[in-house]
Amino acid sequence: MKADVDVFANVTQSKDGSKNRVWEGTKAITAPCSPVTENRQFGSKMTDSKYFTTTKKGEIFELKAELNSDKKEKKKEAVKKVIASMTVGKDVSALFPDVVNCMQTDNLELKKLVYLYLMNYAKSQPDMAIMAVNTFVKDCEDPNPLIRALAVRTMGCIRVDKITEYLCEPLRKCLKDEDPYVRKTAAVCVAKLHDINAQLVEDQGFLDTLKDLISDSNPMVVANAVAALSEIAESHPNSNLLDLNPQTINKLLTALNECTEWGQIFILDCLANYTPRDDRESQSICERVTPRLSHANSAVVLSAVKVLMKFMEMLPKDLDYYGTLLKKLAPPLVTLLSAEPELQYVALRNINLIVQRRPEILKHEMKVFFVKYNDPIYVKLEKLDIMIRLASQANIAQVLAELKEYATEVDVDFVRKAVRAIGRCAIKVEQSAERCVSTLLDLIQTKVNYVVQEAIVVIKDIFRKYPNKYESVIATLCENLDSLDEPEARAAMIWIVGEYAERIDNADELLESFLEGFHDESTQVQLQLLTAIVKLFLKKPTETQELVQQVLSLATQDSDNPDLRDRGYIYWRLLSTDPVAAKEVVLAEKPLISEETDLIEPTLLEELICHIGTLASVYHKPPSAFVEGSRGVQHKRLPGSAGSGESADSPDTGSAAGVSEAPPAVIPSQGDLLGDLLNLDLTPPTTSGPPPAPSSGMQMGAMDLLGGGLDSLMGDESEPLGGDLGGSPAMGAGFGAPPTAMPASFPPPVSGGLDDLFDLGGSVGMPMGAYSPPKSIWLPAMKAKGLEISGTFARRAGVIQMEMTLTNKAMSIMTDFAIQFNRNSFGLAPAGPLQVLTPVGPNQSIEVALPLSTVGPVMKMEPLTNLQVAVKNNIDVFYFSSQYPISMLFVEDGKMERQVFLATWKDIPNDNEAQFQIKDCHLNSDAASSKLQGSNVFTIAKRTVEGQDMLYQSMKLTNGIWVLAELRVQAGNPNYTVSLKCRAPEVSQCVFQSYEAMLKN
Amino acid sequence: MIGGLFIYNHKGEVLISRVYRDDIGRNAVDAFRVNVIHARQQVRSPVTNIARTSFFHVKRSNIWLAAVTKQNVNAAMVFEFLYKMCDVMTAYFGKISEENIKNNFVLIYELLDEILDFGYPQNSETGALKTFITQQGIKGQTKEEQSQITSQVTGQIGWRREGIKYRRNELFLDVLESVNLLMSPQGQVLSAHVSGRVVMKSYLSGMPECKFGMNDKIVIDKQGKGGASDEAGKSGKQSIAIDDCTFHQCVRLSKFDSERSISFIPPDGEYELMRYRTTKDIILPFRVIPLVREVGRTKLEVKVVIKSNFKPSLLAQKIEVRIPTPLNTSGVQVICMKGKAKYKASENAIVWKIKRMAGMKESQISAEIELLPTNDKKKWARPPISMNFEVPFAPSGLKVRYLKVFESKLNYSDHDVIKWVRYIGRSGIYETRC
Repeated sequence: MKADVDVFANVTQSKDGSKNRVWEGTKAITAPCSPVTENRQFGSKMTDSKYFTTTKKGEIFELKAELNSDKKEKKKEAVKKVIASMTVGKDVSALFPDVVNCMQTDNLELKKLVYLYLMNYAKSQPDMAIMAVNTFVKDCEDPNPLIRALAVRTMGCIRVDKITEYLCEPLRKCLKDEDPYVRKTAAVCVAKLHDINAQLVEDQGFLDTLKDLISDSNPMVVANAVAALSEIAESHPNSNLLDLNPQTINKLLTALNECTEWGQIFILDCLANYTPRDDRESQSICERVTPRLSHANSAVVLSAVKVLMKFMEMLPKDLDYYGTLLKKLAPPLVTLLSAEPELQYVALRNINLIVQRRPEILKHEMKVFFVKYNDPIYVKLEKLDIMIRLASQANIAQVLAELKEYATEVDVDFVRKAVRAIGRCAIKVEQSAERCVSTLLDLIQTKVNYVVQEAIVVIKDIFRKYPNKYESVIATLCENLDSLDEPEARAAMIWIVGEYAERIDNADELLESFLEGFHDESTQVQLQLLTAIVKLFLKKPTETQELVQQVLSLATQDSDNPDLRDRGYIYWRLLSTDPVAAKEVVLAEKPLISEETDLIEPTLLEELICHIGTLASVYHKPPSAFVEGSRGVQHKRLPGSAGSGESADSPDTGSAAGVSEAPPAVIPSQGDLLGDLLNLDLTPPTTSGPPPAPSSGMQMGAMDLLGGGLDSLMGDESEPLGGDLGGSPAMGAGFGAPPTAMPASFPPPVSGGLDDLFDLGGSVGMPMGAYSPPKSIWLPAMKAKGLEISGTFARRAGVIQMEMTLTNKAMSIMTDFAIQFNRNSFGLAPAGPLQVLTPVGPNQSIEVALPLSTVGPVMKMEPLTNLQVAVKNNIDVFYFSSQYPISMLFVEDGKMERQVFLATWKDIPNDNEAQFQIKDCHLNSDAASSKLQGSNVFTIAKRTVEGQDMLYQSMKLTNGIWVLAELRVQAGNPNYTVSLKCRAPEVSQCVFQSYEAMLKN
Repeated sequence: MIGGLFIYNHKGEVLISRVYRDDIGRNAVDAFRVNVIHARQQVRSPVTNIARTSFFHVKRSNIWLAAVTKQNVNAAMVFEFLYKMCDVMTAYFGKISEENIKNNFVLIYELLDEILDFGYPQNSETGALKTFITQQGIKGQTKEEQSQITSQVTGQIGWRREGIKYRRNELFLDVLESVNLLMSPQGQVLSAHVSGRVVMKSYLSGMPECKFGMNDKIVIDKQGKGGASDEAGKSGKQSIAIDDCTFHQCVRLSKFDSERSISFIPPDGEYELMRYRTTKDIILPFRVIPLVREVGRTKLEVKVVIKSNFKPSLLAQKIEVRIPTPLNTSGVQVICMKGKAKYKASENAIVWKIKRMAGMKESQISAEIELLPTNDKKKWARPPISMNFEVPFAPSGLKVRYLKVFESKLNYSDHDVIKWVRYIGRSGIYETRC
């Protein structure tokens, strides 16, 4: 910086510069000002914009002089200039001492400016910032409450340890200040201090003082105290800091009537975290919250809706009040739609959640969601979503008329969504299906390319839902074959041709035409084409034998996609062994597809309802998906209903109840599908069930092993549960769905086996399941009076287990075993007592598996995965330590979304990246990927660059730490490279070791 | 909570940047510029997530206001705050423009320091703010004045200060309604609603307690039950069903909830007392009857009739009918009975303006549109015909019944207050498909 000053000083000599350095490019401002600014007239008539332009070279030097001027006015002008430079991102930190010198002044405006400067630069100049402390402390005693508050407010924003220490005393006084303005400012300051040094806040007892402020007489003090406490509580999930009880709730409700609109929001958001004791308390809170629904501030309204939606769960359905409340909710929600567009968007995203949870609230309000011509596109798309959700037999005619109107608009995304919506209506409301189909046919006639493709995709779903009903339209569809250029539409069309091959005279010609460019097609289309031709062959075996052989050889011999290859082989063997069975399998009757679409998974929906009004409800993602650190990661749940003898877990009526009982298969939205398509080759399906059992020695060629499971496999294969293209395994939807979503005729174990089969994809003959190291001796008998303990750690079915063999090498019987852990890095603790039920006789061994939890006390260990254990028996207490593989802490939901992965990878600083070599590993990338997946290391994407496969993988530790990995595998080179990125880089070494162990075992 | 607040000009240059939280770095300023302001695509969402940082933005003319956060904040609150921020700035220095912002940057920083503390919105009522954020410096404040300021800012009636005096106590009530309509070409009402606002300008001394009454169906019915039956029958017709209403924070909501009475201590000067929405028995001031005929591939014939539907003694003003034309229009001939009509190629529409029109009249325009032949397969989307107007009555039928003022401490009574009421009905989105 000093050098800069010198440079500027030299240039000043030339006196040429009124060059605008700050607002580069804003000529409009510069031009009229430049001559004037030379004169530096500080007359009061001039406006502040001049400060942005007086930036001739050497200014820092001049500013320094001005800041030290005797004239107050001149000083103030100089500080203003400094702030202007700061705003545009210029470094004026060199002026620190000079600016701080201006701090001692009676002029409040000047003081505020100096404070603003301090907040920006104190962190970079901590030693000099200390110069300001005295003034702050003095200001905290000023007779003027505005100055006291200003001082304490600013001090809290200066994140310098030394200053923080001095802050405690003034803050303590301000929290008890006689003036409410000072108290409300001090309340927020506690949250600031907590953000800098949480321990200090606890040690100084500020939390108790803050709690006391909830009983303050001034509503704004209460509101700010609530806001501060809520924030602090978020980073201490189990602290019970916001000790909400009926008394405090009553205080909050009283303050609610009196405080500012913002205060009302803080209080309502806090109330939403409370769980009433019974339905009566719940009702009385609801009664006092409902008046807020008439507030002009939409955020107050939405927060009130959140409280009501949550507490309603506890009310008995037969209560009159319950019905009244439901009725009261609709009008304010509708009113939100007349707010500004940005707020409309927030409201619509929330309404989308609300209608999924309680469709009855808005079922009569369809019209308000009709799209207006001038709505911004984001509002249009959201309205369309809600229209589909509200569509019913009663209003379908109106909805269809609207949708048809929308399909002629300009915005491509919107039009596509409208067309898709017509298809959804057909599936949802059976009576309207015919009308929907004819509307779609009209749209196909427009020949607008993307409209046609979208229409064909939805017509395929309609065929699935109503088989053998609308085949008359196939001819029209076939006319448009040539215009289809999107994979989804091509795949849909191929499916239709295959499915109705017997009614399409030239089905073989049509399919053959697709076959020409087989290798250029996307996987989705290839898989579909393979299935369609096999179907065709089974229907018309005589004339299509050549075709089927061609496709099978294309799929099995010329393709390097394991999915395609596997499916090809299965068909091939089926056809060659038993054509009759093949027919039964491939042409099996398909299960019906679900009518509700795009539903949010019920537990997520419950959580999102608890977050109404917040970003989570806008993104439709839990806060943990976009918030870093521990904040807001706790999962919120709706309370169970109470009273009137209802079971706690079926809190809803009508369709919502159906939702919570059996999660329906969900038709993925367009975006998801595209996302999946982009997933390049292979996304290993996430198994939500228990990890597949080891099935070593399985050979792809051995027909008998495929055995009985095969039928169901094939049935499943052509069963696009989600209305999707014949179950291409790349789509998580079909396979990732929990077993309940599988058709009833296939028992869940079979579908589990199916997952195995696809998991096995490239890793034929390898044992599967989570990696677990072999047992080693932890406690030799010599050291423990005859007790020998050997053991290992494993993760089985999502539970971490410590598996031990206790051997008695002494002469006497051992009994009364117990175990304890020392505090460790990941909070491992025994989930139950050590189950050694029978005494262990001399020379006897006993196997014990101890399930572990990760909620124990945490202390960082060296090495990180070290675990110190104490084992007690009737003889003595023994101590040993062991190291566990970090891979057993990888949780099952460690699969990151693609986008999130990309963003996170970029977001983690490169310093946190660690690179390792794994030597002598002879697996190919697919095998490695599936092997790692057994241990919950999920491959998110695969890229092949110049013969080198890059696997992008994610894993999540039990304590929520994400580890991202890039695994590079080069064909023929036994050395792998792993790059690990993690916000907590200390785990990288352990993770690498696990990688090596997992891959080599 | 809000981690930072930035204001940009249309080029994406930062005019104001205030960071409240440590988790927001300086690079956040650039991230928004690059990803949103300079993005090629049209804005697809007012909330953008860039590298785990969420940006909320609103635009006022060509100024961007962006709030940034890394937490799961109350999104509705952030937008409400941004709007409020605009209101406050407008109240201080008028239009939000680059020049005004630069001219008042010190003031803006001072305001931002006051109304947002650690990202938590604080009292942002201009009435209160103007008592102590003045840019003139607070000089010679007495202790009483200071504590009056602080108690007002934090107090229950944060929107009004004590000790206001007027020689003439006066108040103006404006009932401003915008009537929205979407009609099918066949004349079927697809959706119609009125969103209304009651805007009040009050120049009253002291701390007056006000009570506002209108012909709300629920109130009238309730009174009707208690009073004479014939009165109930008579007023029943005149009352209107309000779907929903929201109030300025000065209105005691719990009282409205229990008794449906609207009582409050008003802010000084102009503010919006309430907003409401009605959907039943709306008087649609105009009916638009479109007739579009395609004559071959190169010609369209359009005829539009408008009919006014209100008392003949009333006059509608500023009537404008906008008839969209296809993109490949090459020429237009228009004939209209009343007013002036012009084809505006840049807007792809025929704009027909009529200065005044009385009730129960009708007028007509016919146009011949020549089209250039195109090989564009896509049909013309036929945007709806939209209409603008202003009428001197409330299309919802709302009537102000009373506004009573009580100020017990000062010696003026309800009778001494001069009150003015005005009704204005405007078109909102008033569209007829063709």
